[in-house]
Amino acid sequence: MTSTLTPVRKRSALTKGQLPKFAPYVVLALALVVGAAIMAVIGFNAFGWGIVSAILFTAGLVGWSAAVEGGRKAKDKLATCLVVGSFLVALLPLISVIWTVLVNGLPGLLDPGFLTTSMNGVTGAFDNKSVEEGAPVVGGIYHALLGTIQITLLATVISVPVGLLTAIYLVEYGEDRPLARAITFFVDVMTGIPSIVAGLFAAAFFFAVVGPGTKTGAVAAVALSVLMIPVVVRSSEEMLKIVPNELREAAYALGVRKWRTILKVVIPTAISGIASGVTLAIARVIGETAPILVTAGFATNINSNVFSGWMASLPTFIYTQILNPTSPSNPDPSSQRAWGAALVLIILVMLLNLGARLIARIFAPKTGR
Amino acid sequence: MTTTSLTQSRGAGRAGDKVFSGAALAAGCLILAVLFGVALFLVVQAIPALVASPDKIQGGEGFFAYIWPIVIGTVIAAVIALVIATPVAIGVALFISHFAPRGLASGLGYVIDLLAAIPSVVYGAWGAAFLAREISPAYDWLANNMGWLPIFQGPASATGKTILTAGIVLAVMVLPIITSLSREIFLQTPKLHEEAALALGATRWEMIKMAVLPFGRPGIVSAVMLGLGRALGETMAVALVLSSGALTASLIQSGNQTIAAEIALNFPEASGLKVSTLIAAGLVLFVITLGVNMIARWIISRHKEFSGAN
Repeated sequence: MTSTLTPVRKRSALTKGQLPKFAPYVVLALALVVGAAIMAVIGFNAFGWGIVSAILFTAGLVGWSAAVEGGRKAKDKLATCLVVGSFLVALLPLISVIWTVLVNGLPGLLDPGFLTTSMNGVTGAFDNKSVEEGAPVVGGIYHALLGTIQITLLATVISVPVGLLTAIYLVEYGEDRPLARAITFFVDVMTGIPSIVAGLFAAAFFFAVVGPGTKTGAVAAVALSVLMIPVVVRSSEEMLKIVPNELREAAYALGVRKWRTILKVVIPTAISGIASGVTLAIARVIGETAPILVTAGFATNINSNVFSGWMASLPTFIYTQILNPTSPSNPDPSSQRAWGAALVLIILVMLLNLGARLIARIFAPKTGR
Repeated sequence: MTTTSLTQSRGAGRAGDKVFSGAALAAGCLILAVLFGVALFLVVQAIPALVASPDKIQGGEGFFAYIWPIVIGTVIAAVIALVIATPVAIGVALFISHFAPRGLASGLGYVIDLLAAIPSVVYGAWGAAFLAREISPAYDWLANNMGWLPIFQGPASATGKTILTAGIVLAVMVLPIITSLSREIFLQTPKLHEEAALALGATRWEMIKMAVLPFGRPGIVSAVMLGLGRALGETMAVALVLSSGALTASLIQSGNQTIAAEIALNFPEASGLKVSTLIAAGLVLFVITLGVNMIARWIISRHKEFSGAN
């Protein structure tokens, strides 16, 4: 007689003591339910619910893992929870800032004439009227937009040649000389100059050279250049460095001069990266407030001459509208204008960032056939 | 005839070379000159405040008495920012470099970089209008329950416009800096070290603790230092968020002031000796941040030379 042997399924020793695959989902569901219950007792709000649930989830998963899998795996689970949690925490302010600006800024932006009028002649009386009698909010950011564009453009015109030439010196001529190393070091140090110190430098320079109290768009452009040059140098340097040496050697072998090689071979190859680096640098300085505050003053009228007179800009417009509302007794119209301007500024910066990525992709050197 | 034209063309080419290399060299030197000029012009314009008789400086007790409370305020705000931002930033950097799915990692990195793209004045406006209001109940709770600690001494500010709020806003602003630098360093960890740890049976966290963090420590330190430099010099967040005042130990009352915000708030209307005083304050800030940044860069460059990554 043959007895039928039924195979005894033993769990492998290797997979013993492992949490089932679905464990995190079960714990998450439980944590959300218990969290909601706790919050219902002490007063519900979404933010608190998220925090309490996250803590419960971490405690539950780590506890279960410690019971089944032992201390080492539990520590691993704890670290994973903390790392993922810190990423989620970092997203909170980003979402909150963008949401706040959108909600508060849209009414201002949709105001007719917001982009096409200046603040010239807009006094507290208008704002009082709009609050008390429901008249539309007057005044706009045309002058500030114009000022921002002019100041940033002038800063770009100053920074790009200086920054690009410095990068060329570092990559093509420097050859690890002490001067090149000193420039690299101080460019790095320069990226860390507080923006307000750059503004004070430009102000102090023009006070000493032109005369005390000189405040124009050009002074602000010089201040922004101090902040912009190191960024341009760093990004252009990286881009020039990755141009293959074969290209340079091929040009030299054909008897081309070094400067023509740089102008006709090296820079065209790297131009997409350089252009996107410059765009990112513009995006960085366009939102700078402090240097413009101490160098260009505030203006409420349209000033199209960068070399004379005070000039408004978007960041300083936001700052003054919040800190010194046009009508101190009714600050709401001012804050509406400030948030509208903030929305415009964020859109500008995001467009520049997007533009940098597009430039990098479109003008990237064609490789292969 | 041909020889002349050849030499001529060579001459022109040589001139082009000279002009071009000269221009490149001049641009490089200009940068050094600008940095030197920053220091020089700040010193020249600050001298009147440093040598003026004490009773003429704001506060009437001389420049030193004027500057030290706001230096302390600056340091307090920056330290709060770093205490909050450093652990979170290292966590985010680890998440992007070692935890997130490969395909998502660069996209998530870009999302964090968006934090760096938002202008500082917008952070200031957000901090003043949203964060300060939302967080003031928490300050009340702190004052009631932790009030025995000097830093949480009540009564809490009703508006929430305190140095702690400013520090939190600063933390958000330095977070992307620390994150992006630490991420770069973590990604440079030698793959063989990581795989060796995993092959010996280490869990992911043990691998990070044994291979990634020791390798990245100098990078983290310098990233934190660079974040510190940024937090020390940040103006708008503090100027808009903090309702400033005299130096106080409590973080949840209004009071304290930072150098950068002091300059931004007073410079536009200043004249005469007040301008010099503020420029001298700027000089102090410049020296502090320059020192912090130079130490950070020095750590990075020292690390580069013996790192096994390349």
